[in-house]
Amino acid sequence: MYEFDWSSIPGALPYLAHGAIITLEITFTAIIVGIVWGTLLAVARISSIKILARLAALYVNLFRSIPLVMVILWFFLIVPQAIQSLFGGAIQDIRLTSALVAFSLFQAAYYSEIIRAGIQSVPKGQAEAAYAVGMRYRQVMLLVVLPQAFRNMVPLLLTQSIILFQDTALVYVIGLGDFFGTAQRVGERDGRIVELLLFAGAVYFVICSASSYVVKRLQERTA
Amino acid sequence: MHYHWNWSVFLSRVPSGETTYLAWLLVGLQWTVALSLVSWITALVIGTPLGVLRTVPNRWLSGFAAAYVAIFRNIPLLVQLFIWYFVVPELVPRHLGDWFKQTNPLFQEFIASWLCLGLFTAARVTEQVRAGINSLGRGQQGAGLAMGLSLPQVYRYVLLPMAFRIILPPLTSEFLNTIKNSAVATTVGLVELSRQAQQLVDYTAQPYEAFISVTLLYLALNGLVMFFMHVLERRTRVPGYMVSR
Repeated sequence: MYEFDWSSIPGALPYLAHGAIITLEITFTAIIVGIVWGTLLAVARISSIKILARLAALYVNLFRSIPLVMVILWFFLIVPQAIQSLFGGAIQDIRLTSALVAFSLFQAAYYSEIIRAGIQSVPKGQAEAAYAVGMRYRQVMLLVVLPQAFRNMVPLLLTQSIILFQDTALVYVIGLGDFFGTAQRVGERDGRIVELLLFAGAVYFVICSASSYVVKRLQERTA
Repeated sequence: MHYHWNWSVFLSRVPSGETTYLAWLLVGLQWTVALSLVSWITALVIGTPLGVLRTVPNRWLSGFAAAYVAIFRNIPLLVQLFIWYFVVPELVPRHLGDWFKQTNPLFQEFIASWLCLGLFTAARVTEQVRAGINSLGRGQQGAGLAMGLSLPQVYRYVLLPMAFRIILPPLTSEFLNTIKNSAVATTVGLVELSRQAQQLVDYTAQPYEAFISVTLLYLALNGLVMFFMHVLERRTRVPGYMVSR
């Protein structure tokens, strides 16, 4: 039988905490940028300007068709080098920046689909009534449609954000030391990969289960 | 931009001289397709009975299925893969673990990725099957029981045939997710598509061609699956049940 030895975890907690901060940094940046950019994409996609709607649809479908691993690699191996050869300048450690950009742009595509459904779930009469009292498009969207839409879609946006939180572990492919990457490295260093991986899995499990539970309660209350 | 585009790079030989870079890409495509397919079949085979269990009256059985879903949905896919690849071989009886570690590395990578992706996707299939059965309404089950069918027969002849036709669209997106998720296998070294993209960047001086080709291959796979599933959807659509798109 395998003999467990958990003794390398307490000493590694400061490193793991540092990794957890990177995980949270990516998660929350991607949530904020993703929802803002995703809202713009959703509005563009249902706008009456054909070319804008087409471009937004293309963006969303493209990002939703390729694996996140590929997106992360694109923004680490390809895009920075292209930007560098266009504008010059030296490339330093871009792993965190790459991850932040990749996750934000990728999540925006997924959020935008949720937001689009949310906007379309607001009855047409609401927008028509707002136009009737003399509001402009911007006002109709910002003051009438979007606030109601967001109320409906909060549970879905949160569920998507929990998935995003789990997906951040994939920054492993560019060697960024997030929570999972740090746990894995500590495990390799101490020859305790079994314990560290199980520990990391347990931490993710507790956080995600608790968040899912909260989202479920929220859903029951708003529904 | 001073980049020198060279699409003929795919026809040049790899350093060992045996094949071309194009062949590398095709090998990657093969592994991506193989891994996605076996994982998808595994997910259906395990997810369907679990989805049924989620809806049965017995609290222990539905609780078991719910626990399965909770575990596989709340741990990141990458962590699950590493647990299958690094942890499980240590925890199983020693002779089994030693045997596994002495097999061909490609075999190890594939088996771990397959178990990981299959069981992970099974949890998602479980939820879809449950949603499909629940969408049918109590009347169907009641009618089946009233006709004298046993509960297993009601599932076999009444509920599941209807449920599967209804959940075909969400199952299609789960299959697409499986293909996309298969890229995670690159982290344990399986030579699937996204790994080949990285290899080509390392070996050739043509990173753009490599990444554009691999991305296009993923898009093509996506399109192919969508096409076939649409055909299947049209064939199996329940008349009057779904508004045609």
